[in-house]
Amino acid sequence: MALSLKQLSTKGELLAPGHRACAGCAETIIVRQVLHAIDYPVVVAVPTGCLEVVTTPYPYTSWYVPWIHSAFENSASTIAGAETMYRSLVKQGKIEDRGTKFVVFAGDGATYDIGLQFLSGAVERGHRFLYVCLNNEAYMNTGIQRSSATPMGAWTTTSPVGEVIVGKKENRKDMTAIMVAHNIPYAAQAAPHAWRDLMTKVQKAVEVDGPSFIDVLSPCQRGWRYETEETIGLSKLAADTCIWPLYEVVDGVWKLNYRPKKKPITEWFKSQGRFSHLLRPENKHLVEEIQGVVDKEWERLLRRCEVSGAA
Amino acid sequence: MTTRTEYVKGTPVALDGDRAVAEAMRQVNPDVVAAYPITPQTEIVQRFSEFVANGEVDTEFIAVESEHAAMSACIGASAAGGRAQTATAGAGLALMWEVTWVAAGTRLPIVMHVVNRSLSAPLNILCDHSDSMGVRDAGWIQLYAETIQEAYDDAIQAVRIAEHPDVMLPTMHTLDGFVLGHSLERIEVLPDEVVRGFIGTYNPRYSLLDVDHPVTFGPNDYHDYFFEHRRQQIEGMERALDVIPQIGEEFGALTGRRYGLVEGYQLDDADFAIVALGSINGTVKVVVDELRRQDRKVGLLKVRSFRPFPADKVAQALGGKRAIAVLDRSFSFGAQAHPLFLEVLTALYTHGFTPGMANYVFGLGGRDTLPWQIRQVYDDLAELEGVVSAPVRYLTVRE
Ligand SMILES: Cc1ncc(C[n+]2csc(CCOP(=O)(O)OP(=O)(O)O)c2C)c(N)n1
Repeated sequence: MALSLKQLSTKGELLAPGHRACAGCAETIIVRQVLHAIDYPVVVAVPTGCLEVVTTPYPYTSWYVPWIHSAFENSASTIAGAETMYRSLVKQGKIEDRGTKFVVFAGDGATYDIGLQFLSGAVERGHRFLYVCLNNEAYMNTGIQRSSATPMGAWTTTSPVGEVIVGKKENRKDMTAIMVAHNIPYAAQAAPHAWRDLMTKVQKAVEVDGPSFIDVLSPCQRGWRYETEETIGLSKLAADTCIWPLYEVVDGVWKLNYRPKKKPITEWFKSQGRFSHLLRPENKHLVEEIQGVVDKEWERLLRRCEVSGAA
Repeated sequence: MTTRTEYVKGTPVALDGDRAVAEAMRQVNPDVVAAYPITPQTEIVQRFSEFVANGEVDTEFIAVESEHAAMSACIGASAAGGRAQTATAGAGLALMWEVTWVAAGTRLPIVMHVVNRSLSAPLNILCDHSDSMGVRDAGWIQLYAETIQEAYDDAIQAVRIAEHPDVMLPTMHTLDGFVLGHSLERIEVLPDEVVRGFIGTYNPRYSLLDVDHPVTFGPNDYHDYFFEHRRQQIEGMERALDVIPQIGEEFGALTGRRYGLVEGYQLDDADFAIVALGSINGTVKVVVDELRRQDRKVGLLKVRSFRPFPADKVAQALGGKRAIAVLDRSFSFGAQAHPLFLEVLTALYTHGFTPGMANYVFGLGGRDTLPWQIRQVYDDLAELEGVVSAPVRYLTVRE
């Protein structure tokens, strides 16, 4: 389906309103964008985390699609099991093939950390599923603890700002590159402000014959410390500061989807309480160091896209 | 109960326990199998992979990257409305621990073949029951086999037990690693169509794949409902006390091999009894026969179903005995006594019996237990009459 707002506005919601997500939560916005983009029946798996907690407080559920939660680490294996059962039953003629798509929505903790092995295994085996990482850059459900997606310098409750250590010392993982290294047919980074870009990516992803992965930045007002109405603005600022570049990798070919007029990292740090300590004069060297890391990663991404001939 | 004199003729074959289980899996033909190799279960996955590679089953096999993933994939597959199975042992079962609870709490009739192995450290690949005892509280039905024939038969019956609408609980059946897993035995393998007829088709009430009737599996359940859901799970387990022998009788009517929750051996008039799980029961039977020839009134109670634990049946079978020894092939550090003993003691006490009782731990890490050692237990029993608080004893250990 063409992605026109007019048409989208007439599509029924697959995630019901009335869920318990915080005001300003990007996760539910992204889920609606993803589900609106898929014109097939969908089965969803979600690990333990904010999304699961806010959408399924028994006896309520917000999901108009079949949905399963099993544990924190194993959504990729859970969806792989469901997808395999689908193939088995279709092959045996026990059910009709309706082109059903299998989708995971998982937090960054579930993806980058505790579930990485499960995701790696499922992608290596080539199950046909779309894995969407709702990347709010920390374990938000348990109260803002660092993950390996948490950016350098950020305050979290397990990378506090102390006298000796000032926020998270380590850089985050390049998760999308890890997926690309699995020779995954489709991988991308997206963000909710660029809704058409995100939804187009979802449509491409569900058409591939195999696994696909989209890492979506998911601003979190509680964890990032900003006002609830700024979610979409921050999503855009992340792309504009090159903190969160928008790109896709199709069969190993890297393609940049948005080239901003790069804003300095200080703009990003000023916008959220989790970075406020970095604005203190004594932490200037940290800002420079992080800017250096962001620049290096951006350059590397541009090179990858150039080498692919798709810059 | 129908009595038949004409039983289905099985094919007599020499199979080791792992291959016998793999053979049962081939005949059951699950829709999805997800499994991972670990000694002494590896032969099952290997053999089953061959069936898949040769097109002898319709199964989609997922060669997962860990046992946790195996159980997780079974959860997704089972929720998707078909038959899902896995097999594991020891550390593999320990790695799955968290999600064994998920499988049971989600009421998914997954079947798991467990080839018992001890738990590290120290590393040991041989048999004891620490692995399955480690998940005894997870909400799975647990059947223990004495022989390879029983392991084969359990692998088939497990499907029916798990899927029974009154039960809807995952079911594991166990066979002792190496002792059964890697030993050859002459067993009777049923014709494929008999197995398929016996297990029938699985018609789930809910399926993830039923996109026209979307269902939420595994929601977030708080203090206001969680306890009721646990209570329903407990009821499923309690109803299995009826279902397991029903299916065992049905199987017996077909094959001549009847199964219940427990099996008494020379027990009715016995004064002294041993209670045990698993392959050791074979050794105990040999000793019972020997002692009976010497006119000693000894008997055996083999427990087949450890979960649910058939307290009534156990008390019925053991009530009035003068002294009882319970053999445990696992150990709970710091406990007063070990899993099987505690169950038997509770069953007897709550039914008003207080015989002399002793708990023997044996066979840890694959230590062989020989007939003379079992004879020693029966000799001890004669002195244990009236002694309920005998300290735990260790068979065959060097002190
Ligand atoms: C095995 C296990 N370890 C830890 C937890 C506790 N836990 C639940 S959700 C969560 C964090 C979720 O973080 P993330 O995946 O980033 O998702 P978010 O809540 O931020 O959307 C943690 C640590 C758990 N449920 N299971």
